[in-house]
Amino acid sequence: MSGLPSGTVLDSVREGSFWFPPDASTTVQYVDPVFYYILALTTFFFVAIVGAGAYFAVKYRKRSDADRTHPSAGSHRLEAILAILPTLLMATIFWFGFRGYMNMAIPPSDAMEIRVTGQKWFWTFEYPNGARFSTSETETRAADGIETALVVPLGKPVKLLGSSRDVLHSMFIPAFRVKKDVMPNRYTVVWFEATQVGTFDFFCTEYCGKDHSRMISKVIVKEQADYDAWIAEELKRSSGPADGSKLFAKGGCAACHSLAGEKGVGPALNGVFGREEAMADGTIIKVDENYIRESIVNPTAKVVAGYAPVMPPFAGTFSDEELDALVTYIKEQK
Amino acid sequence: MTVETPENPEMPETSDDSVDTAAETGTTPTADHSHDDHGHGDEPSYLTYGMEKGLLSFIKSWLITVDHKRIGIMYLISVLFFFAVAGFTAIAFRIELLTAAPDFMSADTYNKAFTLHGGIMVFLVIIPLTPAALGNFLLPLMLGAKDVAFPKLNLASLYVYWLGAALLVYAVLGGGFDTGWTFYTPYSTTAQGPITWALLGAFTLGFSSIFTGLNFIVTIHKMRAPGMGFFRMPLMLWALYATALTQLLATPVLAITLLLVAMERIMGIGIFNPDLGGDPVLMQHFFWFYSHPAVYIMILPAFGIISELVSVHSRKRIFGYGAIALSSVSIALVGFLVWGHHMFVSGQSELSGVVFSFLTFFVAIPTAIKIFSWVGTMWGGSIRFNTPMLYTLSFLFLFLIGGLTGLFLATMSTDVHLHDTYFVVSHFHYVMASGAVISFLGGLHHWWPKMFGTMYNETAGRVGAVIIFLGFNLTFFPQFVAGSRGMPRRYHEYVKEFEGLQAMSSYGSFILAAGLVWVLCYLLYALFKGPKATDNPWGAVTLEWETATPPIEHNFHHTPVCVRGPYDFPEIDESLSDGKH
Repeated sequence: MSGLPSGTVLDSVREGSFWFPPDASTTVQYVDPVFYYILALTTFFFVAIVGAGAYFAVKYRKRSDADRTHPSAGSHRLEAILAILPTLLMATIFWFGFRGYMNMAIPPSDAMEIRVTGQKWFWTFEYPNGARFSTSETETRAADGIETALVVPLGKPVKLLGSSRDVLHSMFIPAFRVKKDVMPNRYTVVWFEATQVGTFDFFCTEYCGKDHSRMISKVIVKEQADYDAWIAEELKRSSGPADGSKLFAKGGCAACHSLAGEKGVGPALNGVFGREEAMADGTIIKVDENYIRESIVNPTAKVVAGYAPVMPPFAGTFSDEELDALVTYIKEQK
Repeated sequence: MTVETPENPEMPETSDDSVDTAAETGTTPTADHSHDDHGHGDEPSYLTYGMEKGLLSFIKSWLITVDHKRIGIMYLISVLFFFAVAGFTAIAFRIELLTAAPDFMSADTYNKAFTLHGGIMVFLVIIPLTPAALGNFLLPLMLGAKDVAFPKLNLASLYVYWLGAALLVYAVLGGGFDTGWTFYTPYSTTAQGPITWALLGAFTLGFSSIFTGLNFIVTIHKMRAPGMGFFRMPLMLWALYATALTQLLATPVLAITLLLVAMERIMGIGIFNPDLGGDPVLMQHFFWFYSHPAVYIMILPAFGIISELVSVHSRKRIFGYGAIALSSVSIALVGFLVWGHHMFVSGQSELSGVVFSFLTFFVAIPTAIKIFSWVGTMWGGSIRFNTPMLYTLSFLFLFLIGGLTGLFLATMSTDVHLHDTYFVVSHFHYVMASGAVISFLGGLHHWWPKMFGTMYNETAGRVGAVIIFLGFNLTFFPQFVAGSRGMPRRYHEYVKEFEGLQAMSSYGSFILAAGLVWVLCYLLYALFKGPKATDNPWGAVTLEWETATPPIEHNFHHTPVCVRGPYDFPEIDESLSDGKH
């Protein structure tokens, strides 16, 4: 790769090999060697079969109408060999893949657990000490000079306990070679142990609607000491006084609710307080604090006419104090 | 194989014992034709009969026909129309993907575009492409039969296809839908848009597929020409038989699944929605229980076409007839037991994953046997490099890549990394686009003279095959690299690093599209201006070449009798035999 002039295709992808992104976790040992083993076998058979085909195509090309062809209609012995040999080789492939998968499936008992929640179209990360933030806060946090990413310590097993608040999503960290769907009705697990300090991609790989391709984040691997400092700082932020605008960002509310009067997946929220709204069942409701609060914790109870009941419930996501701050913030939007 | 023609056409029913036998079995009673005062030579072809009564009644004679050949041609036109729609959609989003940032499509439009491409290609193009279009035309001719077993059911399948297509088109025009062709819940049960119409469209199309499958199974069992045992059938018929079995057994499961999703949307019955106690992964099990066998509905007919083409154009008996014939059926059956390999990271149990991975390798073995057989057929032959043969070689190359890359995905640990990336996208295009579309193009060029009675320009044909081969590889090979480097599928925007590979892929798709347009142009020219084809331009010995070109309405003047194997070419020199088989 290094010999190519700049500006070529291979130059534009990041470090890593031709086939793989950087290798930054211990999981790589269960994936890359198996990949290269299959690649070697398949390349051998590909060259052998295409080579034989090309050789026959040239050697036995039609030369004249008087050509006579061989009466062979097959050979049971050859067919048996060509069936048994690939079967044996495939059994070895299966075995390596099976062994690797089992190692990937079972996290060590001392793994640090981080809760990862997917929701259209952001991720929320929650750490064992209570620190919690969402990728929907990326912009507001960036304004304060803080990066928003899944931060993990180097050389320590980490278990991501994943779930979803709405549709299926999937956690994918290419540099770690791990992937798992997250679902609304059960927890799923991926685990890894990072082997390299740096910033890597974190993608959603299960199609989830409009902004699927924006549901991406980063994984930052830090030395233990740096990680400890970061998590202490993060906890301080998480446990500060509730701030409605930050909670609005953390909850990802803006994905569906405009504060500038535009109709989105859900109704715009500016000026909504005190207004009379027609509900889907025909009743008219005056929007007050109780209605706003109910619409956060149990959104499908009373849905405004013209909108689908698709908002996930946020009961348990926000504390009472946080709900108060959010309701106040929404009230203030004119 | 040959047609035993009575010496004196004036008294057909008394001239030949074998024909009498045939008349008794009810295949093609020659007596039907004896009242026909015209000599057999001026009987109009299936394309033109009814023309003398004026244009309107000619069109009507097509629309109410029960002739399998006309139904096949109408399927062909419909399928190619939707192929063009899906192709142009693909070009549109390949242009969008030239750069990492959004260009001219919104995220919504992009999502609708790839859903449209996938939905149309799977349900409206690839599934009916070879069985319903080519298969309908060929199956009775190859069997030496007058028509399929249930001609009216056959016409009904076409109308059901049109109805299903209309529902899908209605869903697209009514705002479009963005669920992906896979309709995964709970996205598909909660998203907005005319998704219910699309579900009903795909549901309806399933019945068209079932009708065709049922018809083919009965026709093959009951209407083979005298002398044609199962093991004297051309391999195309074995392939269509295995396909029909799969269509008949798998499609009802899709129908039920789509109906449940629709009922969930309309009535909230709670099969798949976790809020109501359902399970979204259950939908994936149901869906892949159909959709994995559906891959074989798409690929088995291709195996049939390639088996015919490689032997006819190598002038050789097929290598391992029995192995190819039975491996088609075993693929069809084992194909029902591997659906869970689509779900290694979806949250199904580890044990299920292990079992499905293990079984998946078993389905690879019969496929490998076929590839060895096709290459083995070329050994000792006299190979002609005409257009059908170039497509055959192209298929072998591309399908080999598609099949071998499947091993990376069947292997559990590597699949975790590759699942839902461009590696998968590339893999299934190498399998399905090369498998179904390249083989179909080979078959179309091979049987074109029989279908339309004209010849296309051979040089133009070879140029087209080469352009398509190059364009295909440039489009899809870079996607393997992008995928294993971590590029997720179904991304409207993507990280900058993949721009080079994505651009290569887009330029490849433009070449591929140009190749396909080129093929359309010279074939249309050939249709109207091409030189007249002879009855058997390739010197094939299967029954479809024994009739007139293009065939007459009832296929054969007299029931043909099958007296030799489907690949006993005159060039074969029995004296070369070394005594082995």
